[in-house]
Amino acid sequence: MNVLVCVKRVPMTGARIVLTPDAQAIETRHLGFTVSPHEECAVEEAVRLVEAHGGEAVVLTLGPPEAEEQLRDAMAIGADRAIHLVTDGEEWDPQATAAAIVAAVEAERASGVVFDLLLFGNESADAGNYQVGVRVAYALGLPVVTGLKGLSVEDGRLRGERESGSGRDVYEAPLPAVATVLEGLNLPRYPSVPGRMRAQRKPVAATTPARPAPRLEKLRLVVPEAERAQAEILGEGAAAAPRVVEALRQLGVLA
Amino acid sequence: MTVLVVVEHADGEPAEVSLQALAFARAYASGEPVHALAVGLEPRGLGAHGVATLHVAEHDAYGSYAPAAVAQAVVEASERVSPAAVVAGGNELGNEVMAHVAAKLDLPLAANCVAAEPGDPARVTRVRWGGSLLEEACLHAPLELLTVQPHAVAAAEVDGGQPAVERFTPSLSDADLAVRVTGRVEAAAGGVSLADARVVVSGGRGVGSAEGFAVIEELAELLGGAVGCSRAVTIAGWRPHADQVGQTGTKIAPDLYIPCGISGATQHMAGCKGAKAILAINADRDAPIFQLADYGVVGDLHEVVPAISAEIRKARGGG
Repeated sequence: MNVLVCVKRVPMTGARIVLTPDAQAIETRHLGFTVSPHEECAVEEAVRLVEAHGGEAVVLTLGPPEAEEQLRDAMAIGADRAIHLVTDGEEWDPQATAAAIVAAVEAERASGVVFDLLLFGNESADAGNYQVGVRVAYALGLPVVTGLKGLSVEDGRLRGERESGSGRDVYEAPLPAVATVLEGLNLPRYPSVPGRMRAQRKPVAATTPARPAPRLEKLRLVVPEAERAQAEILGEGAAAAPRVVEALRQLGVLA
Repeated sequence: MTVLVVVEHADGEPAEVSLQALAFARAYASGEPVHALAVGLEPRGLGAHGVATLHVAEHDAYGSYAPAAVAQAVVEASERVSPAAVVAGGNELGNEVMAHVAAKLDLPLAANCVAAEPGDPARVTRVRWGGSLLEEACLHAPLELLTVQPHAVAAAEVDGGQPAVERFTPSLSDADLAVRVTGRVEAAAGGVSLADARVVVSGGRGVGSAEGFAVIEELAELLGGAVGCSRAVTIAGWRPHADQVGQTGTKIAPDLYIPCGISGATQHMAGCKGAKAILAINADRDAPIFQLADYGVVGDLHEVVPAISAEIRKARGGG
């Protein structure tokens, strides 16, 4: 089976988010980059499915030229090739993002590659719009299951599990289908050194789509006011224990 | 302006996020009528939350959850009401249903809003990074689709009579019913659930190993609480993902949260914003967690945590 997995390059934000002076983006000069934990699990799942069923795992991103790093990371753990929809770094809104992915999937189909499964993270780490996977499914006329923490494929059908209350709901859908997943679906492997070297030689097909006018238009970003300031330090080491217990009593958690 | 609110309910009991969405919608509607949509049956008590008209979508297929089928009911209710905005709670289900609605109508959707202002275009403030950052945005659309960040607005009762009830049967296609809940896997009954615990004691990278969690487990048990962990711990394989507190883990709202050996990254803090109080234990006095907590102890958690447990036992006279 052929699996397409979509990822988004995002900064590793650390403990405090600092914005650029124009408040249009996070200041990333001193930050590394990654993808959402949900997407790490999506990549791992795509690779596992192809290991089990054969076929090809293809990783796609819409992002700046530097996002090739995230495509290489995915290929280092086993994705076979990559599609890079190159942007100038401007954000794309969810409708535009979905449309660009749909166009890329249709171009693949025109060249003879049909994806049995399209995997997304349930929501991106940064914008968190919760909708790109669903939009892609509708545009391609495919069924979509979201928020999965369990996924298996058998006899041309997808079986997905999603947490609900004290247990999990089970969903089924015929392939081809779209699924969005959550961290916890699997434990992603670390890339090996040979894997990283192989990834450098795997193909990345880059195109530069035109960005449509956003309909959800970002005006500016705002760092919310801190809910807490400096903690009251109750003490150091084991000697702090009596004051901690006193605090627990005051907080009413010491029955 | 008229607003339509999608009300999620469990056997007629409206979800708290839906009551919050109703409070949000009343402010947005500024005096104009608020309509509600529910599928299956009538949720109770919506008059007291300002609903003038309740639209109930009835269909044999609503016995099991099918997101596209719920979205179709939203689309048809929206045609009946012609609202300026459709609003739902910004939990997993609300965001899922509204994503389907947005895809069906090819309209933009602003998810997880904390504020909104009508206009052309409408202005919204929505959360990014699980609440660590806010975005101010414009929504260019003839019909505004919004979900409301949980706990951004408190549910509030108003003087209201019984809503008028209008029932309708949406036209569901095969595609609307292609994906639905077909089964259930019950989890093995465990201890205190992380999401509902009054006290959560978490360990981070500083715990050092899976075995190192024994001291965390001991303190959690003494406090009748649950054990949590940071993402670094689940990636290392020391604890299952079900224990992870964070943006991509469990969101908790205990009376007291005790993060031990956790630095305070946004990924983690997005999961414990709901905690009433935070007591951080960390060996690094410069760790960001001390700026994000109410109380702190500087020291090696492997010394501090057992000492606290011993002190609790002493206080209880157990020796």
